Amino acid sequence: MAETVSRDNWPDALYRLLRESGVTQFAYVPDAGHKALIDRSLADPDVHSVPLTTEEEGVALVAGADLGGQRGVLLMQSSGVGNCINMLSLTQGGRFPFLTLVSMRGEYGEGNPWQFAMGQAVEPVLKAMGVIVLRAGTPDDAIEAVTAGITMAFQAGQQVAVLLSQRLIGAKKF
Amino acid sequence: MAKLNRLQTASLPDPVLDRRQAVPALIDNHGDFLMIAGLAGTAWDLSALTHESPSLFGLAGAMGAAPMMGLGLALAQPKRRVLVATGDGELLMNVGALATIALQNPPNLTIICVDNGHYGETGNQESHTGLGVRLDVMAAGAGFPVVYVINTEADMAEGRRLLREGGGLTFILLRVKEGPTARLGKKNLFPHIERDRFRTALLG
Repeated sequence: MAETVSRDNWPDALYRLLRESGVTQFAYVPDAGHKALIDRSLADPDVHSVPLTTEEEGVALVAGADLGGQRGVLLMQSSGVGNCINMLSLTQGGRFPFLTLVSMRGEYGEGNPWQFAMGQAVEPVLKAMGVIVLRAGTPDDAIEAVTAGITMAFQAGQQVAVLLSQRLIGAKKF
Repeated sequence: MAKLNRLQTASLPDPVLDRRQAVPALIDNHGDFLMIAGLAGTAWDLSALTHESPSLFGLAGAMGAAPMMGLGLALAQPKRRVLVATGDGELLMNVGALATIALQNPPNLTIICVDNGHYGETGNQESHTGLGVRLDVMAAGAGFPVVYVINTEADMAEGRRLLREGGGLTFILLRVKEGPTARLGKKNLFPHIERDRFRTALLG
């Protein structure tokens, strides 16, 4: 990246990375941690911005996109990972390229006790379903991990999740 | 014995069609479509109908995936007509997908729900639709611009027309009796082989 990545503009850099890698289907359940990416996809006439009712829909959507020769990304919060478990059978069995960015809750600095069960289960659950887990705790980490994830998913055909820590996105205040 | 509530909203006539004839009669020339088939009955139906065409991706797991796979495919291939065939049980597992799909409103997508009112693969228990839940009404409520119900052979010609020249995103409820699917030969059960086959045929 030519420009400096800061606390404020890293989501814009992620959006550029995703677009430059050929992603044209953005699937998401609305989440504060992904607000900038969601807004960018809604403002972009050259992509499909697909709000979901539950995250597992996005797992199936990006598999369908792959069958049709397009690339997709699933943006979700850590709680949504639990909603995807059986649907990842499709990803794993079909060897579909899969990239998801997960905004974390229930970890560093979390104040809502309801978030911990799923937040702490995200990594073992993803790994149990064959998804490779990368973590990012700073803006520079995020750029590096998403760049790595794009290569692993779309060049090597792997299933990859990049977890965006609350250290990066900030813990939600209650 | 516990008894399930039979909904008073059920106002459709008893189903009379046999899926082994009704599915081929509705789809007719399958070469017109890219196809996703849900588990399990519809995957058998379409596997038999198409002799495992490379333009068919049929599921035998990941219950609830078919409609959303169809959406991703339809958005990626706007010049092709995409057909999803799925059962009432599979559709009910992810019925929110109807809302997601209607918001995208791809004009080249049709979802056919082959509704036998039963969970045919698991002991033939009555499904929610068999007890009166109306998937056609749910699709209309989600915002599907075209919703059509096929109860008898007389409804079939209009269904065939809608599949090919319908006025946009379409939901067809094909109501059939409980009973066996068509099974010709052995359906491929390896999704990575289906993926490779499908992409090679479509994308080269």
